[in-house]
Parts: sequence; C-alpha cells; structure tokens
Amino acid sequence: MSEAKETTYRKAVGKAIDDAMKKDERVFLAGEDVGRYGGSYAVSMGLLEKYGPERIVDTPLCESGFTGMGIGAAMNGMRPIIEIMTVNFSLLALDQIVNNASHLLHMSGGQFNVPLVIRMATGAGKQLAAQHSHSLEGWYAHIPGIKVLTPATVQDAHDMVHLALADPDPVIIFENALLYNNKGTLDTSLEPLPIGKANVEREGKDMTIFAYGINLFKALEAAETLAKEGIEAEVVDLRSLRPLDDETIVASVKKTHRVLIVDEGWRSGSISAEIMARINEQAFFELDAPMYRVCTEEVPIPYPRHLEQAAIPTPDKIVAAAKKMMEES
Amino acid sequence: MKLSLEKAKKFYRQMLLIRRFEEKSAQLYTEQKIRGFLHLYIGEEAVATGIMDALTPQDGVVATYREHGHALVRGIPATKVMAELYGKMEGCSRGRGGSMHLFDKKLRFYGGYAIVGGGLPLAVGIALADKRMGRKGVTVCFFGDGAVAEGEFHESLNLAALWQLPVLFVCENNLYGMGTHLKYAESETNIAKKAKSYRIEAHQVDGMDVIKINEAARKAVEYVRSGKGPQFLECLTYRFRAHSMFDAELYRTKEEVEEWKKKGPLVTFKKRVEELGIWSEIDADAIEKEVEKTIEEAVAFAEKGTWEPVSDLTKYLYSQEVSS
Repeated sequence: MSEAKETTYRKAVGKAIDDAMKKDERVFLAGEDVGRYGGSYAVSMGLLEKYGPERIVDTPLCESGFTGMGIGAAMNGMRPIIEIMTVNFSLLALDQIVNNASHLLHMSGGQFNVPLVIRMATGAGKQLAAQHSHSLEGWYAHIPGIKVLTPATVQDAHDMVHLALADPDPVIIFENALLYNNKGTLDTSLEPLPIGKANVEREGKDMTIFAYGINLFKALEAAETLAKEGIEAEVVDLRSLRPLDDETIVASVKKTHRVLIVDEGWRSGSISAEIMARINEQAFFELDAPMYRVCTEEVPIPYPRHLEQAAIPTPDKIVAAAKKMMEES
Repeated sequence: MKLSLEKAKKFYRQMLLIRRFEEKSAQLYTEQKIRGFLHLYIGEEAVATGIMDALTPQDGVVATYREHGHALVRGIPATKVMAELYGKMEGCSRGRGGSMHLFDKKLRFYGGYAIVGGGLPLAVGIALADKRMGRKGVTVCFFGDGAVAEGEFHESLNLAALWQLPVLFVCENNLYGMGTHLKYAESETNIAKKAKSYRIEAHQVDGMDVIKINEAARKAVEYVRSGKGPQFLECLTYRFRAHSMFDAELYRTKEEVEEWKKKGPLVTFKKRVEELGIWSEIDADAIEKEVEKTIEEAVAFAEKGTWEPVSDLTKYLYSQEVSS
C-alpha cells in the first residue's frame, strides 16, 4: 500500500536517520552542532532529545578527528553517520577519508571493511562565497573504495541514508544545501532504487541531459523550455557518481544520440569529463553531435549574487547549450 | 618490583625475536627480497614488548609504519609477517600492505598506518565503539614523537579525554621525526606535559627498560579498563638504525648512537635481571637458537609463498567481492 506523503528534503533526511537509529542501536550521528544546535541545516532537530548525547554526538571542530573516529567505530562494529557541515570543511578530513576509509579493506587484504556513512552539504547559490560553496563530489568520485551519492529528490534524500547504512563500505552522501527546503513526495513503502542506478526522470528523443543533485531540477526546467521550441530532451538523474551507471547512460545515448552534461563542479578534471570519456569509449558511434557540458566557471565562487549565478550552471545556460548543440548537428 | 622467571624469559625472547627478525629483514632488503620502505624498530623493542604484555585478547592495537615488533609481539606469526614483507599472498595482509601495513583482524591488530598521526583518530573510534557496546576492551595506540606536531594528535587526545574513552596512548619518543630532532619540531619537548594539558594522566617512562614499561603499562591499562578515561605513556627510546633504508643519517653523530646503544633494551634487560639474580636461570643460548629457528622458518615460509594473481587486483575494493 502506498504511503506517499508530502514532505521536505530536510525532513526526509531527518526521518531516515531517526528511523535508522530506532531500528539499529549501532547507528549514531556525530558532527559539529548536530545535537544542541539541531544541525547546521536543522536536519537532526529534535533527535538529541530522543536519543541522548551518546547517539547524537556534538563534536568539537576537528573534522579529521571526528571523521577518523567514525572510521574506527565502524571498524569495531558500529554504524556511524558522520555529518560534515559543508564540503569545503571536509578537506580537513581528506586524510581520513582517502588514506584510511577508502583504502582499508583493500590494503588489509579484505579484513577490515568500513561501514561508515558521511553526509555533507555541497553546492553554491546561497551567497556564501568562496569557502562554503563548492561542489567537490566529482573529486571524491575519483577515489576507489568509497561510494558517492548525490540525492536530488525527496525520495532519494530519505532512501539514500538507508542504502548507505546498509552498505558494508564507506558511502558519502552529498546534500545540496539549496535542496533542504524543497518539497516532494516521500513513499516509505517503496523499495529504494539501489546505489549505482541512474534514473530517467523525463523521457525524450532528441538529446539527453545528464545531471545530479540540484542540477536535476535546472535540467528539468530547461527541458520544459526546450519542449516549447520542439526539442524533446531526456533528463537522467545520475544519483550516484561512484559507481556511475554506465548501462543507463549508454542506453540513453543510444536512444537520443546527443549528450549534454550539467555539472556544478569545475570543468577541468570533472565528473562531466569522466562521463564524456565513458560515452566516448562505449558509445562513440552512436553520437550525432559533439558532447556538450555546462559546468561551473573555473573561479572560486564569489559572494555577489550576479557573479555567483554567472559562475554556476543555470537553466538558461543549459537551454543555450542545448540549442547550440541542436543547431550544430 | 616483581618479575617472574617465566615473564623474564618471555620478554627476552620477544625482544630478541624483534631484533633478529629485523636484522634478517635488513639483510633481505639488501638482497632485494624486500622492497619499498622498511622502517626498523631496532633499539625500541622494549616498548612494544612491555606494553603488549599488559593487554588481553579483547584489547585493540593501532600501530604505525614501524610496526614489525608490535605485530610479532601481539601474536602475528613471524611467518605471516615475513611473507607480508615479501609481498606474498600468505602474508598477514595478503601481501597488499607490505612492511607498513600489517593487519590481523582476529588479533584485533588494527594495522600499521603510514600517515603520521593518522591512526590516532581511529583509536578514538575503536575505543568509543567498545565503550558504547559495553565491552571492556582497551585500545592501545602507538605513535612516534613526530605525530605530536600533527593536528590529529591534538584532536584525538581532546576527544578521548572529553568523552572519557578507553584509549592508552603510547608515544614512542625516539627523539627524531625522520631526521628532525624533537627540539627543532616542538616548542615544548616534554610530550607527557602536552597530554596533561588535555587532562589526561600522563607519565614519562624509560623506554629502554622493558620491566619499567611493563609496570607502567599494567597500571595504565588497569586504569583505562576501569572506565576512568584515557591515559598517556611517553616512552623515551631511541632508534639504532636509520629511519628507513634510504637514510644516510646526516642528522646525528655516531657517538650519539653509540651512547644510546650502551643502554639498549637488551643490555638494560640483562643488567636488570642480573640485579634480580635470575639472569643465570635464563638459558640465553637456547632462546637465541629458538629465535633463530623461528626466523629461518619465517624466511622459508615467505620464500615458498605465492604471488597474488593479477586477476585479484581489484578484489576487496568493496565488500561484495569478499564473498565472491
């Protein structure tokens, strides 16, 4: 029976954490201001009262220390969820994420898996300037041994917490900070779409727009505009940047023969470059036009709104790129 | 101070095992049987030996890249450690880790970590899990004086003290972070004092005297196990060999090394046990022969070991592949 309810992205994540903690005593949440403050994005509001300070753990400002703590606890039988306030702060924990969490299983010859979940906010658009606005999820997707999830929908915001907790290996969930207030439908009776599966959000025949996170909605908005001009764009939500769903990507390329990738990361060495390379390797002769992409300009994200918007992907930029591609082929 | 004959023999055997194992490793390195980095523990044997004796199987150990001694004394067979140094599949990490990354899950040997300071936060988490799950385990975390300059040292001490976690921090202060003397690295060279600033009970111990280390370790482990929070031991020791096999040792004098060798762990042990009047009851020759045999077997085992097939290269990248 369907149990679909309207809720927000924020509440969907919070509910998933709450339900997981209720079900499994090994689960705990730790991070800066997750308890008494209620979470810097209010995701864990009310959970401290419910579970107490041993399971909703306020940490000092020591990203490397508390992320490493999570890895150790995971190696010793617990299921920690580590919240890092924003992706830029996660750079202070890179040693632990890369050198330890992602390497341990392989380096120990299969002995120590790390069932750790790391959640962090990502993305620009709130005028938070150059040290709070970047999108480094593509970077993390470079690292073998971890999984990288980018929930866009309310359903995925919820489901991916459960998928990540059920996974025996480290999973990083990137929550775009602008999505927390988004409303959508959450149906907890649905079987979650597994990690590593992309989802065709909109069918189309003329081109495929690949996007993830908040850019899924920018792509869908662009597709509406394009439809008015007679261009039917398919929109694929990548959902997971590592592993990438080559099968769904290639199937869509074979259907539409044109590719546009939207990526809030910087262009050079980005996840969009990786997707282009894979299409080149696996479906080159299916292409009717050179592949296009809309990425973030290669500058630190500036504070003023007009410059911030000029730096990041927008529906207008997606529409312009799509039209250019159609004209050229 | 009490020391049973049985324990005295055990300490001597273990320290000698580390010494001879590493001397053999150095030789095998020159023969190119062992490659990569090889960091020898020679000179510091008393620390791992004295601490490990105070532990039980339920306790966890986090070590560094200079961890052959810790692995051997914790109970990983010399055969499996040597095979790991060779990079053979029969090694304790399947040959994947080599000298710097020895692991044994069954022995709760959580591994050798080669990013200085990187193991400390893990020890905090391992201890937190034990505490939350109501286990009585103590997590012992070894690191060198070099780690003290890393942020992770301070973050981890703070967390362990703040949450009263069952961690025993063991700083093996051998005076040099690679080639940089402690006095060029720290504004405050008394490391125990730094630990105290986090409200952690901390002691400096003669790191060349296995008996003193063992006494300090027993007290510390008992304290930590009782739930009173972490403790910190700074073991004052010295590395007799180069930092790794690529080190010309330009940063210290031969005289300094010779001075320390006079108070080396084996020399000190003999003197102490003589004072106790039980040295004559230890058959040192028999122990030497026994150790020699263990090393020979370890080398033979490693030689006979096999190379992991290239087709397994990506195995264990993710857990799903463990069962397949």
